[in-house]
Amino acid sequence: MISPKYFREIPQRYRLEASRCKKCGTIHFPPRLICNNCKSQEFETVKLSDTGKLATYTVIRVGPSKFSQETPYAVGIVELDDGVKITTQIIETDLNKLQIGQNVKLVFRRIQDDGKAGIHCYGYKAVVS
Amino acid sequence: MKEVAVIGAGMTRFGELWNKSIKDIFVEAALKAIKDAGVDHIDSMYVGSMSSGLFVGQEHLGALMADYLGMNPIPATRVESACASGGVSFRQAYLEVASGQSEIVLAGGVEKMTDGADVTDALATAADQEYEVYQGITFPGLYAMIANAHMHQYKTKREQLAAVAVKNHRNGSKNPNAQFRSEITIEQVLKSSLVADPLRLLDCSPVSDGGAAVILCSMDVAKKFTDTPVRIRGSVQTSDTIALHSRSSLTTLKAVSMAAEKIYKMTNLKPQDIDFAEVHDCFSIAEIVVSEDLGFFDKGCGGAAVEEGSTSLETGKIPINTSGGLKSKGHPVGATGIAQIIELYEQLQGKAGKRQVKNAHIGLAQNMGGSGASCVINILEAV
Repeated sequence: MISPKYFREIPQRYRLEASRCKKCGTIHFPPRLICNNCKSQEFETVKLSDTGKLATYTVIRVGPSKFSQETPYAVGIVELDDGVKITTQIIETDLNKLQIGQNVKLVFRRIQDDGKAGIHCYGYKAVVS
Repeated sequence: MKEVAVIGAGMTRFGELWNKSIKDIFVEAALKAIKDAGVDHIDSMYVGSMSSGLFVGQEHLGALMADYLGMNPIPATRVESACASGGVSFRQAYLEVASGQSEIVLAGGVEKMTDGADVTDALATAADQEYEVYQGITFPGLYAMIANAHMHQYKTKREQLAAVAVKNHRNGSKNPNAQFRSEITIEQVLKSSLVADPLRLLDCSPVSDGGAAVILCSMDVAKKFTDTPVRIRGSVQTSDTIALHSRSSLTTLKAVSMAAEKIYKMTNLKPQDIDFAEVHDCFSIAEIVVSEDLGFFDKGCGGAAVEEGSTSLETGKIPINTSGGLKSKGHPVGATGIAQIIELYEQLQGKAGKRQVKNAHIGLAQNMGGSGASCVINILEAV
């Protein structure tokens, strides 16, 4: 991952910045250039809520190369209180006790290391609240 | 638009083809198809491949395969739509013949997955790299999340997922081109190692090498080559959000249900009119969800349907994946959509041997990419 590819995503990953369509109110995460609901191109920046419920989940036992040392770990889809759904790891919890509908809260964490220099890459993960 | 027929088919065996390169595999399948059709030339060709660049470091497959097939200077186009690359390759060939632009067109697909690339990483490129894969999700993981949601919403049972794999292995055991020709049991599936909960190794289609090709021409031209052409009754393609999390439902694949709605309208057919189907069972849960979204069963009843034998070759009202499906036949990604068409072609000609569906007149092939962001459905019928 070269640095521009990483820093472009920082507002979303570090600060949960999303775009709300000024015409129909749909919140897009990550931000888009055109609303896929009403085709408007006018948006305002909003911050996603950092709490929500677990919509579904899995426990990854065979990981992609960058995560192969971290298995097993849980990944789920969280529906945030503002209705936006995101894919995120669920951490600091018993992998056998995950449940659909559980309340979770997003926290700021290291996600992966990249490249030969092992640059730390950050973002959101979810903890059970 | 002209009516279009399939007049020939050929494929390699699917599996770990250590002695064959991606070129060998594609050319073998294409030559078999050309010979089967009895044509002396083709006017154009399509090559479906998901990720030859990542798997073997080779792009520009259109020209490459036309060269090694001895077909220069015909137009040759590589088509990519993740795991639906083969289905889209077929649809592009269909449209080219139907438009009158070309008379005889080859639709092929190929993937060489065992040359050393990290397959999990390569397949993951069909998902959203920045907002799904970045977080550590894998393709089995995406379908596992669909499975958990389906089990939660509809009380689908773990054993019902296993029943898909057991059925498809039973069918595949009768297919000489299948990667796995061994039957398996529910217990074996439930004891196989976990890949992404609740999915286990035997819920997952394998890593495969393989190629497949078919020859298309107009119905008028087809009569010169064969007495038994198979007619393409309809072809549709849809797309949905790339990320699973962006969809309103996690238990319905909207690209599939919308494509089904479109093709039934286009062909004036109903789900009950389909005699058998090949569907995209990349993971066991996928066959269950797709069989519902195609309208074969009510939503939430796909698990019970497979458990009760409603999709079996022997007793099913709608036999699904008589070829063995992706699970048992193998899933060389770009070739899969074409191999589905070949199963339809053989069944509709009554040439499927021990896998033959009785009174097979209309067959449906459903091929999809990613976690359901692309879907192609083709319906073929015996003439």
